[in-house]
Amino acid sequence: MTKLLEAFADGLGRGSVYALIALGFVIIYKSSRVISFAQPGFMIAGVVLVTYLVQVSWLGFFGAMLLGAVLIGLLALGIERAVIRPMIGRPIFAIAIITIGLDIVLRTVAHAYIGPLVRHVGDPWGTSQLHLGSVRMDQRHLAAVVTATVLVLLLFGFFRYTRMGLAMRAVAEDQEAALAQGVSVGAVFALSWALAGGLAAVAGSFAAAGVSVDNTFWPVALYALPVIILGGLDSLPGAVLAGLVIGVLRSLADAYVDDLSWLGENPSLIVPWLVMMLVLVVRPYGLFGTREVERV
Amino acid sequence: MLQVHNIEVVYDDIMLVLRGVSLSVPPGRIVALLGANGAGKSTLLRALTGLLDVHHGKITRGRVTLDGESVGQLRPAALVRRGISQVMEGRRIFGELTVEENLRLGGYTNPKQFRRRCELVFGLFPVLAQRRRETAGYLSGGEQQMLAMGRALMAEPRYLLLDEPSLGLAPRLVEEVRELIVSINRTGTGVLLVEQNATMALSIASHGYVLETGQVVLDKPAADLLADDDIREFYLGLHPAGAGGGPERRSYREVKHYRRRKRWLS
Repeated sequence: MTKLLEAFADGLGRGSVYALIALGFVIIYKSSRVISFAQPGFMIAGVVLVTYLVQVSWLGFFGAMLLGAVLIGLLALGIERAVIRPMIGRPIFAIAIITIGLDIVLRTVAHAYIGPLVRHVGDPWGTSQLHLGSVRMDQRHLAAVVTATVLVLLLFGFFRYTRMGLAMRAVAEDQEAALAQGVSVGAVFALSWALAGGLAAVAGSFAAAGVSVDNTFWPVALYALPVIILGGLDSLPGAVLAGLVIGVLRSLADAYVDDLSWLGENPSLIVPWLVMMLVLVVRPYGLFGTREVERV
Repeated sequence: MLQVHNIEVVYDDIMLVLRGVSLSVPPGRIVALLGANGAGKSTLLRALTGLLDVHHGKITRGRVTLDGESVGQLRPAALVRRGISQVMEGRRIFGELTVEENLRLGGYTNPKQFRRRCELVFGLFPVLAQRRRETAGYLSGGEQQMLAMGRALMAEPRYLLLDEPSLGLAPRLVEEVRELIVSINRTGTGVLLVEQNATMALSIASHGYVLETGQVVLDKPAADLLADDDIREFYLGLHPAGAGGGPERRSYREVKHYRRRKRWLS
């Protein structure tokens, strides 16, 4: 039982990271119907930036993370303005391919700043654990859960109560009608990229807490793909819930590795992808996604 | 005065949809724009509200002017700020948002006036006030049309462009929409009314244009259009006043095809 609960707690920490990255995918998808494959690039750029920022002692981990998120958000905004905006109205496929190119560029540049050694985000919690009865939970996981919760609440409040949030929801539903009301669709696109970039940087910082950052770190962001498929491409609550589900499933697979030996030696690596395949077969629009009716 | 001078609109660089259309909407008047499907009515409205871009359309010749100032190249938001609002065909309300949020978006360019304008709109459309917290997608068709009109009025336009407001509404509701247009106009708003329902449009308009395959073929005061033989025959389905005096209904089957050729094209 303890093992199960510990795996669960561990999974929530992991899942929060996935949820934050997935939210970035969903926000961009909702505003422009493009799946931006540049998210891993923004994440690794954010992580590397944070590893440098934590060296400024008075910032601390959270200060470095927030500053890093803002800077990566601005970078994403600039990239959207320069590279993506001129492509609006072109086929979605072409834009998606451009984001793959962007991802490679971002990753290459970020990896160049990692240098020959591994880097660390300061490791504020190390391996210290929290004891809740007999259940132990890593403090870094708890911090990830708390931060993700706060960010998600802020985000939902933003979409629900602010003028710009309302504009973003309107553009997600009917771009032309939103334009006709005087909404600046360009500003909505820019903001969605900035939010996605910032979220990726925060997620990366937590994924890197307690581990070292090298040029094999970025695939963490790829787990957002099963998450958005499971949750539904255009659902924010879906991204959060599916993020936690995928995180927990991975941790369970780690905890019960012996029972899953038929899946190979490291089942937690493939469990998310198995879930994704299953979802695509059974319910391709995900748990909360809009069912698309398309005439062929 | 909202005017277009001789404009040509081309979609995707090849499809010439408007071929030298001129039209003017004087302030505080109702102008009707009639025409069959595909004549270019919606394209003309897009040209007036800056929405051609979305459809890969371009104004290749001619000008759109508002009080003499050229506004053809402005973005939609700038046009809304200058007082041109459009109710798009098919209503296009935001179905997932609430009624109030829809209205908020209508007043997006000037949020400070929201409360006051909301009262104005609720005065015109009491049903929206009752349903302000409901999801707009669950409103009935008539209520959605009211919401679409209310949303456009939230920008307090000087010129309101209506694209087929009677589309898909029961005759009673069409009547109601007609009355609403009249009362909106009475507050000093100029209205450009695009309609298939010619009887309804001409009964309240002061001037009318007939658009056909991208050209204005008739341009007369509404009363003259109502009396025009061709309009009576092709838009109102009435036979030219015969020996009996009053207009009588006639089946199109009885009309020889060569007689149905419209006089203005021959």
